Amino acid sequence: MLNAFLTMLQRDLLLAYRHRSELANPLLFFVIVVTLFPLAIGPEPGILKNIAPGVIWVAALLASMLSLESVFRTDFNDGSLELMFLSPHPPSLLVLSKIIAHWLITAVPLMLMAPLLAVLLHLPTEGIGVLLLTLLLGTPVLSLVGAIGVALTVGLRRGGMLLALLVLPLYVPVLIFAAGAVRDAALGLPVIGPLAFLGAMLVLSLTLAPLATSAALRISLG
Amino acid sequence: MWKFIHRLASPKHFYRIAGKWIPWLMAAAVILIALGFYGGLVKAPADYQQGDSFRIIYLHVPAAWMSLFIYMVMATSAAIGLIWKIKLADLFATASAPIGASFTFLALVTGSIWGKPMWGTWWVWDARLTSELLLLFLYLGFMGLQAAIEDRRNAARAGAVLAIVGVVNIPIIHYSVEWWNTLHQGPTVTRMDKPAMHISMLIPLLQAAAGFQIYYFATVLMRVRSLVLQQERRSGWVRELLREEGVR
Repeated sequence: MLNAFLTMLQRDLLLAYRHRSELANPLLFFVIVVTLFPLAIGPEPGILKNIAPGVIWVAALLASMLSLESVFRTDFNDGSLELMFLSPHPPSLLVLSKIIAHWLITAVPLMLMAPLLAVLLHLPTEGIGVLLLTLLLGTPVLSLVGAIGVALTVGLRRGGMLLALLVLPLYVPVLIFAAGAVRDAALGLPVIGPLAFLGAMLVLSLTLAPLATSAALRISLG
Repeated sequence: MWKFIHRLASPKHFYRIAGKWIPWLMAAAVILIALGFYGGLVKAPADYQQGDSFRIIYLHVPAAWMSLFIYMVMATSAAIGLIWKIKLADLFATASAPIGASFTFLALVTGSIWGKPMWGTWWVWDARLTSELLLLFLYLGFMGLQAAIEDRRNAARAGAVLAIVGVVNIPIIHYSVEWWNTLHQGPTVTRMDKPAMHISMLIPLLQAAAGFQIYYFATVLMRVRSLVLQQERRSGWVRELLREEGVR
């Protein structure tokens, strides 16, 4: 079982590596969206400092959702998803490995870029460590929960907008706790509470989301 | 008893029985809502703090209760439809969604109208308002997903998965939003010790709430009936029915 999981992970990472140019897209999207805010709101450090946690988190959330849209697309179109469901291994495990591969490919570069953007938005240095910690705990939740929505819409021709409608309300708790923690950290307040909540959400979605995702994929396959 | 339930699950019998129930349910709903509104809008004393403007509670609170109640009914029947493959349960979920969305919208609008004199603003980013708004998005997502999938069977199953995921998430969303920011007054009715409302104000509220609930059942039966007709349009009994009604 572990073998199947690792094979799947390896396959997805290899596929991503073969399409290196696509890897940069979510990252560029993330950077550009964050850059738009100072242009729209004005370059005052005081304001930027206040909105930095929210802006970085909203941008990360959108980047994660938009890149997630294609996570099952090619496998759905060429039929390998059906073969996965015919294999003797539990589909939820294979789905989990696909989600983890996606997280490694998109969210980890996002995390590497985030401190730079935090500096651009004048986020105090005390906040940057917590920002990374919230991204580490929060982005897997986004990938896991988002995968359910993607699995439901994968068979549809224009699922993009619908995906946003389905998934964004479910992202709200992550956004609240993560951005709140970064804001508190920037003010020098303790952040252990929201971080614990994020961790709890990660555990919950790690256990339940793969099951829901595989059920949804089974429906999409018909 | 079981035989009755089994028969009820067959579209043909359901259509007939629901047709008989609807007028009675509607009448009961109208009477209860009228009683509740009369008691609340005319007879109940004015609030010592909020004056007469508290009276919108008789519309706002039942609508807000219904918005949650209908989501639970929708998710439960969708789950029943998913697990036991009962077509009628799927139709109940599909039919409930627009009604629930309307009640959610009503609760938001009345809350906003109530908020203007009380808080001095139409909208605040308060916990309960925000979670009600998110509930509206969940309803709209459910409806959007079902509308986007052409195959009716798949649409029902996909909607069921989404509704169940939503049920797991509603408490999380609710408490996270509550933790985030709150200005709304605390619950007045569902407290464990004693309601914080005078009995003369409470009774009309409960009447209105019961009326709303029965109204929901009546409308959902109407919607499910028409969905049944649509889905079974090729079956014999529908054709016979149409012939009896004189429709070609």
